Amino acid sequence: MVEPVPILEMAKPNSKEVLIEATGLSMTFDDRQILDRVDIQVQSREIVTLIGPNGAGKTTLLRLLLGLQVPDTGTVQRVPELTIGYLPQKVSVDPTLPLTVERMLGLTNPVALEAMREELEEVGAGHLMQAMMHELSGGEQQRVMLARAMLREPDLLVLDEPVQGVDFKGELDLYELIGRIRDRRECGILLVSHDLHLVMASTDRVVCLNHHICCAGHPEAVKRDPEYLALFGHRAAESLAVYAHMHDHEHGLSGDIVENDH
Amino acid sequence: MLDDFFIRAVLGGIGVAFVAGPLGCFIVWQRMSYFGAAIAHSALLGVALSFIFDFAPLLGILVVSVLFALGIVGLQRRSDLASDTVLGIFAHVALALGVVFVGFMETLRLDLMAYLFGDLLAVGRLDLLWIYLGGAASLVLLVRIWRPLLAVTVHEDLAAAEGIAVERTRLLYTLLLAAVIAIAMKIVGILLIISLLIIPAAAARNISRTPERMAIVAVLFGIISVAVGLGASLQWDTPSGPSIVLGAFVVFLLARLGNLPKPISGSKSR
Repeated sequence: MVEPVPILEMAKPNSKEVLIEATGLSMTFDDRQILDRVDIQVQSREIVTLIGPNGAGKTTLLRLLLGLQVPDTGTVQRVPELTIGYLPQKVSVDPTLPLTVERMLGLTNPVALEAMREELEEVGAGHLMQAMMHELSGGEQQRVMLARAMLREPDLLVLDEPVQGVDFKGELDLYELIGRIRDRRECGILLVSHDLHLVMASTDRVVCLNHHICCAGHPEAVKRDPEYLALFGHRAAESLAVYAHMHDHEHGLSGDIVENDH
Repeated sequence: MLDDFFIRAVLGGIGVAFVAGPLGCFIVWQRMSYFGAAIAHSALLGVALSFIFDFAPLLGILVVSVLFALGIVGLQRRSDLASDTVLGIFAHVALALGVVFVGFMETLRLDLMAYLFGDLLAVGRLDLLWIYLGGAASLVLLVRIWRPLLAVTVHEDLAAAEGIAVERTRLLYTLLLAAVIAIAMKIVGILLIISLLIIPAAAARNISRTPERMAIVAVLFGIISVAVGLGASLQWDTPSGPSIVLGAFVVFLLARLGNLPKPISGSKSR
């Protein structure tokens, strides 16, 4: 007799699994220490937010984790066959390059049209399939790039400042979307943000980086950490309350009101 | 038929247009026209060295151009000078070196003008063979690396993170660029080669919705440019290389005029 449930359980281990783990990463450019013995790990089904001031080494750390650069010292370990979906800080397609969203989605790997359509719908960009990449707004572009990363069916999603160039309302929407993706896909998410209060609601763990790891842990704990406050000031902690309200509706990309399902 | 110098010239120009179109698109997309011009400037040095050490000029150009391109890329990464300054310095040093080396060869009187501005009307059968063999090989290679090259053009880190061999793709692309410069030199000359790559590509931009169509339209525009330029050259006895470039410019103007109301950030066509 076939019992489908246990098989499903087998495919998705219910205990949290470490997807990627870096230990003792150090990196020096031109005699400047960018990273100093940094440890970080991301488990499946958790959202880790990397936060730190400009020039703190956040992007360098991501590049090391992605294998785009080799650290001076330290190691990066990934689980075997780890698929990573990556959303770079800013992808600006040159206006001379005629690239539709459809082509962008299948840029490195051919993808079935139906899968593209579904993924675009999920990020609220279903109407953009035939739009030209260079004509998209910042928010539209990030949604398309998010759909693109998701099409790889990643175990780990790496998002470098996903809300850059997106207006304030769009920022909140994008973070909500990222939270939903984690719930639905059960992947791990590592995200870089300049703004802790925006990601509070959807983050499981915050890692505060300023060349070394200043502090790490639950967002509530980090925002009271003296090292965090020294970096970002008390105002950052106080302004948190402002964003703790719920929305009863949101606006779709085309301006229509979309009911929230929570 | 191939005895007729004019027919040979047209066939040679068309052969070059087939590779120049798609490759020129990448130069436009990557904003690398100055890089391409700098590599082309080094070609004369390759010609001079090949005469001094007695090997085929095509090979000389290929080797010198590739070494030169790799050198520039390496220096740009390390230097605190702006990359266009590095390009400007090396392009002209290479050209000067080329002219000086040509001057060394007292026994051989090289027609400098033909190398700088092209001498399409002296294209021989062997040249035609080289253009078509080299062009076909280049096209095959370009088609094979098309997808990774496009990905690298859009975003290098993204391509690398998704498993594309960025360095290898870039190296092959540079090799292609050098190869096209080598085979196109006879047609328009070192100083004008880049225009044959980028003008048809730029003209093709506004009427193309996919990268592939832009490449194909660029090929067609290149062929028209060659025909117009050589026709004018025959009619008014103007130098052939510059005439082709002017022909390309006419095509560019017409293509742009036909699409004026569509500025790049204009109305979204969906």
